[in-house]
Amino acid sequence: MTTKSLRMPQLFPRPKSSTGIWSWIGTVDHKRIGTLYGITSFIWFIVGGLEALMIRGQLASAENDLIGPETYNQLFTMHGTTMVFLVIMPLSAAFFNWLIPLQIGARDVAFPRLNALSFWVFLFGSLLINFSWITGNAPNGGWFGYAPLSGATFNPGLGMTYWVVGLNVLGLASIAAGLNFIVTILNMRAPGMSMFKIPIFTWMTLITSVLIVLAMPVLAVAGIQLMTDRVYGTHFFNSLGGGDPVMWQHIFWLFGHPEVYILILPAMGIVSEVLPTFARKPLFGYPFVVFAGAAIAFMGWFVWSHHMFTVGLGPAANTAFSISTMLIAVPTGVKIFNWLGTLWGGNIRLNTPMLFSISFIAMFTIGGLSGVIHASPPTDAQQQDTYFVVAHFHYVLVGGALLGIFSGIYYWWPKFTGYFLNEKLGIANWALMMIGFNLQFAPMHWLGMDGMPRRIYTYGENMGWETSNMAASIGGAILGLGILVFIINVFYSKMNKVMAGNDPWDGRTLEWSTSSPPPVHDFDEIPQVKYRDDFWFQKYPETIAEYHHDEHDQAVPSGAQLDEVEEALPVVSGGSYGHGDGHSAIHLPDMSYYPFILALGIAGLGAGFLSNNVVIAVGAVILVWGLIGWAMEPVNDPK
Amino acid sequence: MTQAAATEHHEPVENTSTGLNSRKLMMWAFLASDVMFFGVFIATYLVYRGKSLVGPYPSEILDIPITSVSTFVLLMSSLAMVLGLHYVKAGEKNKATLWILVVVVLGAIFMGFQFYEFRTFAHEGLTPRTNIFGTTFFILTGIHGAHVTIGVIWMAFMAYSSHFGQLRQDNALDLEIAGLYWHFVDIVWIVIFTVIYLISASDGPPLGVGPTIIHG
Repeated sequence: MTTKSLRMPQLFPRPKSSTGIWSWIGTVDHKRIGTLYGITSFIWFIVGGLEALMIRGQLASAENDLIGPETYNQLFTMHGTTMVFLVIMPLSAAFFNWLIPLQIGARDVAFPRLNALSFWVFLFGSLLINFSWITGNAPNGGWFGYAPLSGATFNPGLGMTYWVVGLNVLGLASIAAGLNFIVTILNMRAPGMSMFKIPIFTWMTLITSVLIVLAMPVLAVAGIQLMTDRVYGTHFFNSLGGGDPVMWQHIFWLFGHPEVYILILPAMGIVSEVLPTFARKPLFGYPFVVFAGAAIAFMGWFVWSHHMFTVGLGPAANTAFSISTMLIAVPTGVKIFNWLGTLWGGNIRLNTPMLFSISFIAMFTIGGLSGVIHASPPTDAQQQDTYFVVAHFHYVLVGGALLGIFSGIYYWWPKFTGYFLNEKLGIANWALMMIGFNLQFAPMHWLGMDGMPRRIYTYGENMGWETSNMAASIGGAILGLGILVFIINVFYSKMNKVMAGNDPWDGRTLEWSTSSPPPVHDFDEIPQVKYRDDFWFQKYPETIAEYHHDEHDQAVPSGAQLDEVEEALPVVSGGSYGHGDGHSAIHLPDMSYYPFILALGIAGLGAGFLSNNVVIAVGAVILVWGLIGWAMEPVNDPK
Repeated sequence: MTQAAATEHHEPVENTSTGLNSRKLMMWAFLASDVMFFGVFIATYLVYRGKSLVGPYPSEILDIPITSVSTFVLLMSSLAMVLGLHYVKAGEKNKATLWILVVVVLGAIFMGFQFYEFRTFAHEGLTPRTNIFGTTFFILTGIHGAHVTIGVIWMAFMAYSSHFGQLRQDNALDLEIAGLYWHFVDIVWIVIFTVIYLISASDGPPLGVGPTIIHG
């Protein structure tokens, strides 16, 4: 379906080389894009971590003057923004990219060039938002950008404009990636792999992608409205012009609460892969984990006002959102019981990935419980804007999302690279992170109960908060040390390679059936799938009767019906995106520079809003060039 | 026409797990995303209805007959779109090109109406900075106008492709996907027209601000 003779005049030859910088700029290989996502977001993780350490340094003692209030505001704003949008989301995207095609038995994602575009837009967007540090105008209105504090009246200067433009650019990258993974998971599955046979991480990716596609436009609207308020003087959040600052909170949290699940669901997917492998049992209650994930994603849209209990929305609204918030804890609790059930009676091996996953369950449960506490509006009135809330969401996002991601890093590293990460350094990494994390964030619970407000750059000596704050700061340093050990581990393991083989953990899913690292085309032959955890049953056919018999009789009768539907469809292959030549030679998309060019144009437009119309014009020209070139370039040159 | 009927009833089965074309599936997913995008802008408009502190208010400035004409023009473009796709699938190149061009022209006329409306409003003292009605009105209809403009450019490419024989029966899906987008943008306009021009056409100043304009 390509237009044949309609071609752009070529300014440069199509990228062909498989090494060197141009091979990375022109790449459309999902594994390389995953690596780019991983490295970029890890660098931002270090940046965000250093910001956190500076915050902890300032708060270590009472009436400290290490950092002034202006810089402090910029630090906590950029720390939150960086960790949410430039670290957890793209680190999850790194896993999506690397794993989804491998887990569903495909040779790439559905739209390889769009995938490259997502990464480049993310990279330029992240550079744009951090460029504000160089100009000395870093955003300072909090990662939630509450109006009117984020408006031009009370926050002149370019800081929050950087923030809002940067987030809009990053949102584009997320939506493009979300669309890509929805279509990839629905359309590129290996023959025989019905929806209830896909690995659980793939399910969580699908649910996360749906959330991204539906939630990021909401942030885009908030961003556009704030941007026009700031740049063109409209009145969306300006009460003098008839607008309402509370509207910002509604729109931002309508995005913001699904966003919380965008951050945590991929980590839940990782943990749901690691636990069965290291307990040597299938995931307990697979359909319940799937439906609990879907239920969380659905209910996540009806809880946003629990961020606004103290705004004064009235008892009816507060009650409704309080009930929905308590209800959403139910599917989350279901998952925790599924994980415990997976461990129960298992033949457990305590390797590093498993340590991280088990810690995930414990820490996430603590964070979840403190979350349910402030689902009650009267209680929340006490806790709003105190360190109790800070403790809660760090237990969920560091103890939850980040530990899950580290579990995934240790688990899949052999698949990504071909060698293990060192186990002893891994355990040191885990132990330091756990000690540091708990020492840092547990005291914040009682600091918050004692009334210490968030976002203050210092506190008085007579408040009795010094010991806990000092403990938290020491904990932060230990947590940072844990991350340092991880970095050392990466280099140490690279220099002292312990080769892993295809299937080092005795895994259950398809990615372990191909070589480590996988070839460019992922699979020499597209796998044929009969069962959930098909690779496991290929290795241990004697267990088929034991597990599969049970599943068909009791747990998932619907699975059998799906199979019949699936067989009735003339499904040929999930692995080729050529049209109708699934069984011929392996067929990969050609490389392309246009995703990079188009991303440059989008970033140029964004930079234009921050500088002047000349930059907008240049950005627009590059954007149009990228678009037309992309549209006219066939996915594959005729051979 | 018998050949056309035959091709329409035998759409090729796609080589994917669901049997649906991947690009078409992605367009549907994108439209879901766009629903949220417009949905929040429309919700913002509705929340801010009747909150303007100074004029001009909707009842003073909206010209419903003119906008009804432009709405009619836009809706007719969807009919042209359907006919264009029909003739591409039927392999009748010239008719296909003609109808796709009609889509382009009608879309452009709609944009002309919007340009005229914006200019008139600005002339009568309503800009995005005047009041909250101006802010929400211009940004909502402007975002919709941007969607229509992208659609017009896309359709112009389609007309060009059709004329030079690159849009044929076997890749009619290219036009079908563009058509999904076009129909969606039309449907959004029906909602916007209802919300702005029909529901809030009589909105005056809020209680206690200025003289009430509407008398019976």
